[in-house]
Amino acid sequence: MIVGMAPRALLACPDCDLLQREPEPADRTVVTCARCGSVLYRDTPDTVDRTLAFALGASVLFIVANAFPIVGMTIEGRSNTVSLPGALVALWHQDMQLVAGLVGLTTLLAPGLVLAGLLYLVLPLHFGRQPPGVPLILRTLDSIQPWGLMEVFMLGLLVSLVKLEMYAKVVPGVALWAFGALLLVFTAMAAAFDPRSLWARIGTARSGTARSGAGRSGAGR
Amino acid sequence: MSAPALTAARAGLIRCGDCELLSRAPQSGGNLACPRCGATLHQRKPNSIQRTWALLIAAYILYIPANLLPMMVTTSPQGTANDTIMSGVVYLLSSGSWPLALLVFLASITIPLAKLVSLTFLAWSVQRRSTWQPEQRARIYRMVEIVGRWSMLDVYIVTIMAALVQMQPLAAIDAGPAAIAFGAVVVLTLLAANSFDPRLIWDPLGDHDD
Ligand SMILES: [Zn+2]
Ligand SMILES: [Zn+2]
Repeated sequence: MIVGMAPRALLACPDCDLLQREPEPADRTVVTCARCGSVLYRDTPDTVDRTLAFALGASVLFIVANAFPIVGMTIEGRSNTVSLPGALVALWHQDMQLVAGLVGLTTLLAPGLVLAGLLYLVLPLHFGRQPPGVPLILRTLDSIQPWGLMEVFMLGLLVSLVKLEMYAKVVPGVALWAFGALLLVFTAMAAAFDPRSLWARIGTARSGTARSGAGRSGAGR
Repeated sequence: MSAPALTAARAGLIRCGDCELLSRAPQSGGNLACPRCGATLHQRKPNSIQRTWALLIAAYILYIPANLLPMMVTTSPQGTANDTIMSGVVYLLSSGSWPLALLVFLASITIPLAKLVSLTFLAWSVQRRSTWQPEQRARIYRMVEIVGRWSMLDVYIVTIMAALVQMQPLAAIDAGPAAIAFGAVVVLTLLAANSFDPRLIWDPLGDHDD
C-alpha cells in the first residue's frame, strides 16, 4: 500500500484511528469518519477574517458582561446586585475558594484566554503577518477550550432568576443580556476558527526544536 | 473474509494529537516528537485505562458526600434550612415549578450518574478487549463528551444564589460543602472522559479474524 509523505491525502480518525482519504475540496462541508461517524473536520472558509470579526465583537461583550451587574434583587426594601467577578469574590469570602476557583476557571478564565489567544493569532494574520509561537498558542487553545462552560452558566443564571423570583423582586442587569449575546458570538467564533488551516501554514519544515527522544532517527540534531 | 480495517497504527503511522499530522512510527519503539509542532507522539493515550479507572474511582467516592451533604444553606428569621441536591429538586417540585425541577434533576442527578456508569462500562469493555457493538460504544462516548458538561449547572445556581442573597438577618444563602464535592465529581468525570482513548474501542476488531 502507499503511505509515503502525503499528509494532505490521508487522514486518521481521532476517535477510531481509521485511515481514510481526504475528500475532494468543497465536496462536503462536514467530513465525518467512514467507520465511527465522528466529525473529522468542517469546511470553514475565510477562517482568519471571520474569526477576527467574531472575536472583536466577543471582546466588547466579554468586558460588558463582566463589568456590570448580572442581576439585582430586592427583599423588604433591601436590595443587592451581583456581577460575575463580584460573585466569585463573595464565594471566596464564604470559604468556598475551590468552588470560586472552579466557577472562575470555567466562566471567566477559560473563555477569556480563548478570546485572547484567538485575537493574538488572527489579528496579525489578517494583516499578513505570522505571530511567533503559533504551535504553543494552538496547543494551549486546544486544552483550554473544553473548560469553557459559558452555555451551562447561562442556563444556571436563568434557573436562579426563576428560583429567586419565588421570594423576591428580581431585576435583570445589563450583564445578563451581554452574557446571552456573548454566548452567541462566542459560539460563532469557535465555529469559524479552523486550527487545521493554521497548522497547514506552519508546514513540516521546523528546525532545532525537535525534542530529545529515545531511538529518534537522527535528522537535524 | 473481513480484513481488519486499515488504521493508522496498522499502517505504521501515528497521528499527532495536536496538529493532526501523520508521521511514521519509530521502529525502535521510543518516543518521537511531531516534525511539525514538536508534540510528543503517542500511538494511543498513555496509560489510558489506568488513568480513567483512577479518576472514576475518585469520582465515585466523592459522589457520596456530594449527594448526602448540604448543597445550599438558607438562613432566615424562621431558622436554617439545609438542602441537598435531591431535597433541592423536591423543593422546586413542591413549589410548583416542575420544569425547573426536571431540569435540575437531569443536570445534577441523571447526567452525573449516567456519565459515571457509561465511562465505567466503556473502561471495562475496553479492558477485556470486547468486540461488542463498537458503533454503539463510540456513540456512548460521544454522548458523554457532549452531555457531561451540563452537570455543572447546580454549581452555578448555588454560586449566583449565594452571592446575591446576603441580606442578614432577613435572608442569607450560603454554598454548602456538597458544592465542593459535587464540583470535584464534575471535574473528575470530565478528566476521566478526557483520559479515555476511544480508539481502544476499535483496536480489538480484526486482531484475530477467522
Ligand atoms: Zn472514526
Ligand atoms: Zn504535531
